[in-house]
Amino acid sequence: MITDAAPIVTARIGTPQSWTLRSYLDKGGYEGLRKALTMDPGEVGQEVLTANLLGRGGAGFEAGKKWGMLRKAEPVYLVINGDESEPCTFKDHMLMEEDPHQIVEGTLICAYAIGAAQAFIYVRGEFALGLERMTAALNEAYAFGAVGRNILGSDFSIDVVVHPGAGAYICGEETALIESLEGKRGYPRDKPPWFPAAMGLYKAPTIVNNVETMSNLPWIVTNGGAAFAGLGVGRSAGTRLFSVSGHVKRPANYEVEMSKVTFRDLMYDPKLGGGIREDRQLKAFVPGGVSAPWFGPDQLDMGLDQDAVGKAGSMLGSGSVVAMDDTTCMVRAAWRITRFFHRESCGQCTPCREGGGWLDKIMRRIELGQGRESDLDLLLDVCDNIAPGLGWPPQKTTICVLGPSIPSSIVSGIKMFRDEFLVHIKEGACPFGR
Amino acid sequence: MARLTAENLQRARQLIGLYPQSRSALIPMLHIAQEQDGWLTPDGMAHVAELLDIDPAEVYGTASFYDMFFTHPVGRHLVSVCTNLACLLNGADELLEHAEARLGVAPGGTTPDGEFTLEEVECIAFCGAAPCLAVNWRFFGNIGNEDFDRLVDDLAAGRLADDVPPHGTLNRVRRRVGLVAAGGPAPVAAHEDDATPPQATSS
Repeated sequence: MITDAAPIVTARIGTPQSWTLRSYLDKGGYEGLRKALTMDPGEVGQEVLTANLLGRGGAGFEAGKKWGMLRKAEPVYLVINGDESEPCTFKDHMLMEEDPHQIVEGTLICAYAIGAAQAFIYVRGEFALGLERMTAALNEAYAFGAVGRNILGSDFSIDVVVHPGAGAYICGEETALIESLEGKRGYPRDKPPWFPAAMGLYKAPTIVNNVETMSNLPWIVTNGGAAFAGLGVGRSAGTRLFSVSGHVKRPANYEVEMSKVTFRDLMYDPKLGGGIREDRQLKAFVPGGVSAPWFGPDQLDMGLDQDAVGKAGSMLGSGSVVAMDDTTCMVRAAWRITRFFHRESCGQCTPCREGGGWLDKIMRRIELGQGRESDLDLLLDVCDNIAPGLGWPPQKTTICVLGPSIPSSIVSGIKMFRDEFLVHIKEGACPFGR
Repeated sequence: MARLTAENLQRARQLIGLYPQSRSALIPMLHIAQEQDGWLTPDGMAHVAELLDIDPAEVYGTASFYDMFFTHPVGRHLVSVCTNLACLLNGADELLEHAEARLGVAPGGTTPDGEFTLEEVECIAFCGAAPCLAVNWRFFGNIGNEDFDRLVDDLAAGRLADDVPPHGTLNRVRRRVGLVAAGGPAPVAAHEDDATPPQATSS
């Protein structure tokens, strides 16, 4: 059921000119930063640790714990990941356009807590309006004295730079993002030794945090970490923003309390997704970005809980839920996702670069009615070469997790809809008429 | 086929000054070069290389990795139709077919008058309004065939010039200050021109 937890990161969205400094200040803007600057940096980090704030980018690692892993060396850099590119995820896009000051304030709180020398907000290049709103907000914040020298009268000083990407899914991966920020091709780095907290931007200790993660910080500092941890259940604390799309009646971003609210609520509640279009049957859904294995209707009553979804063999990932109704061709859906990964592979590692291409070709021929029955085993064999064992979380044969994400939709598709694949092959055509 | 103009040269130098290491300014500088010429010309890339004191091949090597950079001419309007999952489920393949027929080009192609380049793109994070597309990275959602035709007519007639700048222009808001934390010049007060024109947003 939907709980009465008040929204945190979307509280201001929908108010007139929510992206301006004036509007932000009217609603208590920069009070979190003001409070943080009266605290010891370590105390700020402790509040975030208490809050149990899991990173909102996709990996779901505890933000406070991440900050504690910084190698003791100077300078330290802070990089905010606004390269939102996981298909069907559109929450950070909205946050950057609608409430950029909240991100700037969160960035400064984090920078203060970790003692950063400079901060960079990496905005996905395609987000033209997001770049304009973030840049305008930063200009306003400088003029207001919330960024720059002696911030809000304190002796804390730091510069923040809004940095545009240029179109590459892989740059959402934190080490690829760092390469990109260094002006290079977005090639992920080997971990170890390139854990950003140890050796990140310019080989300096670096924290990379997601836009939504930063957006929670002003509230956490103002209200205390315990108040945030009081929302949700256990490790899945607080509220979280979910992008709901596909065949729901009301596709949009919804901020709900974690764990207590279920996938069914998200897709069917009249105030949220509103049900499946034309009141059709749900066939399957993507629970957390297209890298995640699919769920069927039998998993609708699961809470939006990081650990529960993980135990069930998938992930909350980037927080995007995609509903697919009974008119959906699952071969076509899986093929489209496969094609995406093939296209976005950076090309460094053979299993991903070559395997993705093979999978794309085999999926294509099945969908177009030219498949063979042996293709199902062939698909699984290639998938197994990319992610041995086909388990979850996947085993890696590659530098980053893009490769091991490719099998998710294919393995889900064959496991859940084997007959549908076979009909394509036996009838020599897509039964859904395309 | 141009090197950066005097004004863009100044913008490029300001960018270099924002980073601890100059090469970090490469991608933002390439956006300036693409804004100036509509695509990345060999001369433009060579000039960027010169300013960063790196080899032109390094610039080309980076530029060619990213989908937004074009090393060949494209139309004044880059029409980017998303066909990824949320859009696929809402008729994106049909929309793309319609776009091809209406513009008379396949994805990757440019109309003979140089007005439109059509491309099929991966998810552009506007899925609440699927099927969607972007023109020069300004977003349009819930696009049916008739909406598409009207949009193309409006663009061709210049009726959307305020909302959709020519291809290459990404961020129309300029940063007002360099690095000030260490004691650089103080920031000037923000002006009203920082406000961006109202547009469709992703919310």
